[in-house]
Amino acid sequence: VSTQSTGAAYMYLQRVLFFLLLVFCISECVKFNLPQLPYAYSALEPFIKTETMRVHHSKHHAAYTSKLNLALNRAIELGHTELSNIPLERLLGELHKVPEEEGLRNSVRNNGGGYINHAHFWKAMRPYYPAGPEYSVIRPSLNSPLSNALQKDFGSFVQFQKEFNQSALNLFGSGWCFLFFDKADSKLKIQAFPNQDTPLMERNIPILGLDVWEHAYYLDYQNQRAKYIDAWWYLVNWEYIQSNYLPVIEILETKLEM
Amino acid sequence: RDRVSTQSTGKKSLEEIIKTQTGKAQSLAGQIWNHTFYWNALHPKGGGKPSGKIAEAIDKSFGSFDAFKKEFDDAATTHFGSGWAWLVRDDNNKLSVTSTHDGGNPLSEGKTPVLTIDVWEHAYYIDYRHDRASYVKAWWELVNWEWATQQLKH
Repeated sequence: VSTQSTGAAYMYLQRVLFFLLLVFCISECVKFNLPQLPYAYSALEPFIKTETMRVHHSKHHAAYTSKLNLALNRAIELGHTELSNIPLERLLGELHKVPEEEGLRNSVRNNGGGYINHAHFWKAMRPYYPAGPEYSVIRPSLNSPLSNALQKDFGSFVQFQKEFNQSALNLFGSGWCFLFFDKADSKLKIQAFPNQDTPLMERNIPILGLDVWEHAYYLDYQNQRAKYIDAWWYLVNWEYIQSNYLPVIEILETKLEM
Repeated sequence: RDRVSTQSTGKKSLEEIIKTQTGKAQSLAGQIWNHTFYWNALHPKGGGKPSGKIAEAIDKSFGSFDAFKKEFDDAATTHFGSGWAWLVRDDNNKLSVTSTHDGGNPLSEGKTPVLTIDVWEHAYYIDYRHDRASYVKAWWELVNWEWATQQLKH
């Protein structure tokens, strides 16, 4: 049996299973769709190559998407219909609402985390144009709320970057390095998260995430994760990252009013 | 905190570190041990069906070779994130399949490794990309049954 026909058979089986699930829960089904990339697979060259983007998006992210749908719809089928009304961002911070049986809670944690982490990851990057002023920005705008917060919580942008790099490099195994807003301590922090875990699980606000699963860099950099991290900084889409910080501004303003 | 204290008589063995330490020291010791074991558990002339003592042990513990293979394939392909799938034995040569995460090793759970497959993405990404199942399938062509037999209690 060739690899291709096994793969095709598996995909077909997944589709059949999904259709059957739909038949059972027409009104309450969830269907997450694989988000489109904001750019072509080749757009992030030479920092991240076309083949990596193609496999990362169309295979890895696609698999998280279909497995998330399967897990959530199975849980709904088992009677947990409220799950179809909870936004995924919130559900990841309320995983106790997903039943443990059949490995469903783990599946939602892993595949839901994978789905969201990657959805943000693509948008958090943009092609690098060294000649174009608006596209060559490699740090947030001076005096933007995020820029000021980074200064306040890390001392300087350079220091933030240094800590982020260290955390991303030292992460053992598969995972993500996140800059996030810690609501309890009311400050920005850097932390490594294993597998597809996310700050959302503690109901904190992710600002910037870097995928350091080997599939993110192995074709291009092999074991040289540090080189991948260095290259990735050229791709960070600070406009998008600054927009991730807006909910934090709201929280801080609310606190001031109290 | 993660530094292994060396007593006056000298170094700890990898297995000691795996069994007694935690954190980074345990993970790294595990990875050294795991990879050395993995290279030995492969052979260019490997593959095929087992025979002799290892075949007997497999049949006794799983019912059949196919039942064992299915369990092993399942453990290897479904493990989420980095890790290893193992065939392990206890002191009575009762075999079972288990998996460990990242640099984990079954020695820390009192089990003795018999075979292993590395399912960290670096083990298969260049050759198979995301398609771990095809890598696992290929691994069966290389499995070193002689090595596995040597790991049994004699």
